[in-house]
Amino acid sequence: METLLPNVDWPEIWQASLDTLNMLGGSLLFTVLLGLPLGVLLFLTGPRQMFEQKALYGVVSLLVNVLRSVPFVILLILMIPLTVLVTGTSLGVAGAIPPLVVGATPFFARLVETALREVDRGIIEATQAMGASTRQIVVNALLPEALPGIVAAITVTAITLVSYTAMSGLIGGGGLGDLAVRYGYQRYQPDVMLVTVVLLLVLVQILQSTGDKLVVHFSRK
Amino acid sequence: MPTRLHYKPKRFNRVIEFQSVHKAYRVSGQAIPALQPTDLRIARGEVFGIIGHSGAGKSTLLRLINRLEEPSGGRIQVDGIDATALDADGLRRFRQRVGMIFQHFNLLSSKTVADNVGLPLKLAGQLSRGEIDRRVAELLARVGLQEHAGKYPAQLSGGQKQRVGIARALATRPQILLCDEATSALDPQTTAQVLQLLAEINRELGLTIVLITHEMDVIRRVCDRVAVMDAGSIVELGPVAEVFLHPRHATTKRFVLESEHVDEREQHDDFAHVAGRILRLTFQGEATYAPLLGSVARETGVDYSILAGRIDRIKDTPYGQLTLALTGGDIDAAIARFEGADVHLEVLR
Ligand SMILES: Nc1ncnc2c1ncn2[C@@H]1O[C@H](COP(=O)(O)OP(=O)(O)O)[C@@H](O)[C@H]1O
Ligand SMILES: [Mg+2]
Repeated sequence: METLLPNVDWPEIWQASLDTLNMLGGSLLFTVLLGLPLGVLLFLTGPRQMFEQKALYGVVSLLVNVLRSVPFVILLILMIPLTVLVTGTSLGVAGAIPPLVVGATPFFARLVETALREVDRGIIEATQAMGASTRQIVVNALLPEALPGIVAAITVTAITLVSYTAMSGLIGGGGLGDLAVRYGYQRYQPDVMLVTVVLLLVLVQILQSTGDKLVVHFSRK
Repeated sequence: MPTRLHYKPKRFNRVIEFQSVHKAYRVSGQAIPALQPTDLRIARGEVFGIIGHSGAGKSTLLRLINRLEEPSGGRIQVDGIDATALDADGLRRFRQRVGMIFQHFNLLSSKTVADNVGLPLKLAGQLSRGEIDRRVAELLARVGLQEHAGKYPAQLSGGQKQRVGIARALATRPQILLCDEATSALDPQTTAQVLQLLAEINRELGLTIVLITHEMDVIRRVCDRVAVMDAGSIVELGPVAEVFLHPRHATTKRFVLESEHVDEREQHDDFAHVAGRILRLTFQGEATYAPLLGSVARETGVDYSILAGRIDRIKDTPYGQLTLALTGGDIDAAIARFEGADVHLEVLR
């Protein structure tokens, strides 16, 4: 080990891994909490849907597109003042979460909108014919029917967040990405770079296979 | 406790009434008429069929009844309620009184059979969990699916799925059941079973059923009355036997012929080689079994040969239809004799 990976400081790697997991967990939680309602809103107000609202849909849709078209690195920098306002710091795990959430929420909301559109119109109609209110339709029919699609959306979003956390290392976000930049790149220690990349790969693999298993578990078709 | 229905359903004989109801869809700013101004009365407890080709406006008419479609004008009364004047809350409670089943069943794939059937009750929010379970068990027994309560829709056959649909539609004890091409996705044998179940429900629960179809056979098996639709209008309406045996409108005639698998031109070609007068006799009810032919032949000395014929049932009424060629004897006397008997006579040639 010592000879193969001379520069790797394992306790530091361990700490960085924990930071990455914390950033991922925290940002995924808030992304889902914010993105799910936003996705439902996009769906309901969308063209030919139950609550078709051209103006509202247009505005929300535009906002989502603007946020999605800003490169994440730029967003990281632009967000610094707001991040400091919300968390008191722009550094570390806490400092990384707000830009991650702002970067991922529009993406996730779109995926939720798409998953909801996949739900058979007939099912919405049948539920309407039972006398369901819109809230009941969303809770009792749309979300359960779209659950496999939503789980798949969470998986994709989590994996995107992993690569975002690596980028947030650039502005001192901490975690494996930070390590890769500081040691691997700035001090040219390719062994550190390699270890962090392998760990990120393992994380992505675990996320993907868990997500896939859950999708299968929730699919009744 | 959620509010119960404000109204007591009155025993109106007309359970559904349309007064110059019309509907146009707006497609990219343009109004596309789907239902011409229509008056319609459907009586309590009847099975009312609507037949028409694809695009005739059947679904539009049906979906106006529970306001899945908003009418462009006119008045719709259902069970003594002005369905066109309901607010959102009233509409939700109103819809609990009107069940609906669909061509593609529209079951929730994420819920078990039992949860699908219990869903309308859960949404209505008036029964406890235990009461819902009991009602669901009762409904599943009625449609013969007790053993499948824990399955998911994907594990069921088409016929079983439609039974779940029926059980679900009956959950809130509606007075009216709307069926949108409920058997069109099923094979003939399963269709027969589902229709039998609908007839049973109509008989035992006194439920009014409105069903739409493009198959005359479905109408013939279960309906009391039928409306024929063409290009957004009802072009013919009456008791099924009347409409089926004596179709007037071209569309109706086509449906009847289709259901008999007879090509009219082919039939005429066949008759070209036959000598004598050609008559079609239609018997209904008891007359179907009366020994009329033999006695007329004996009395008037005519000879008859049977060109085409069948004996069948329209819902519970037997009927027979015979196409005869008459030769020799006193043909006019024979025709007069048929006209005097309890049969419907058409002289084809
Ligand atoms: N949501 C809709 N938007 C626009 N046009 C519609 C819509 N639904 C039905 N139509 C049109 O209305 C006419 C009648 O349709 P429908 O009632 O579904 O007929 P049917 O059930 O007899 O096949 C058709 O021309 C159809 O294209
Ligand atoms: Mg239709």
